[in-house]
Amino acid sequence: MKLHNSTDRIEKEIVLRAPRSRVWRALADADEFGAWFGVKLEGAFAPGSRAHGQITLPGHGHVTIEIAIERMDPESRLSYRWHPYAVEPGVDYSNEPTTLVEFQLEEVAGGTRLTVVESGFDRIPAERRAEALRMNNAGWTEELENIARYVAI
Amino acid sequence: MSRYSAGMREVSRTAPTFAALGDETRLALVARLSSDGPLSITRLAAGSAVTRQAITKHLNVLASAGLVSDVRRGRERIWEFEPKQVEAARSYLEHVSQRWDEALARLKTFVEA
Repeated sequence: MKLHNSTDRIEKEIVLRAPRSRVWRALADADEFGAWFGVKLEGAFAPGSRAHGQITLPGHGHVTIEIAIERMDPESRLSYRWHPYAVEPGVDYSNEPTTLVEFQLEEVAGGTRLTVVESGFDRIPAERRAEALRMNNAGWTEELENIARYVAI
Repeated sequence: MSRYSAGMREVSRTAPTFAALGDETRLALVARLSSDGPLSITRLAAGSAVTRQAITKHLNVLASAGLVSDVRRGRERIWEFEPKQVEAARSYLEHVSQRWDEALARLKTFVEA
């Protein structure tokens, strides 16, 4: 995995040992996307559509996300907007800036190269960024509490 | 509820970091203290177009955001950079970046199965 960082964008690249059609399905089908991303989504993915749901990862059950699909070019590109780590219960994020997530697929020897770019972080309000870090810590706290419950004597 | 209110304290503690750094003079002061180490206001003001009074005001803003702290040495106050808050602000992108690494690792397992 490669990593290019600025303050505004995150770029990732990974080669998956799977055909492009398989990778596309994992991205473009809301249920499949949810299975690996860790979110139970309601609504199908289509250009201009919205899907939302609750994160299913341990320690993040309190987090809901909403994905607004922008572009879908079969087996090539998928992009959506969301509120990164919009996790504060009871806060309306709808008027706040979103980040853009762009997936790009490319056939390479032995599989598919997937590039992910998330951009627009510079426009995210400072307090939201601080909050995301704090909620991440809260997630860990919750995790540790779960573990503590199992190992408690 | 206790975690929620603890969280709110965390926000009110961290958010001013971004605001405090959103000013050229203050950013310059932080950069100077970070590269040159602890300095007095006299040293900070030397050769600067900004007055001592203005520098003091900016340092107080930075101090309330937890970015700098001061100790009294004799008749002077010596100001020092506190990197912890800056690191917290910067770690946001690292945090998001790490979430993507984890998500893509799960995607890899998912499509290669």
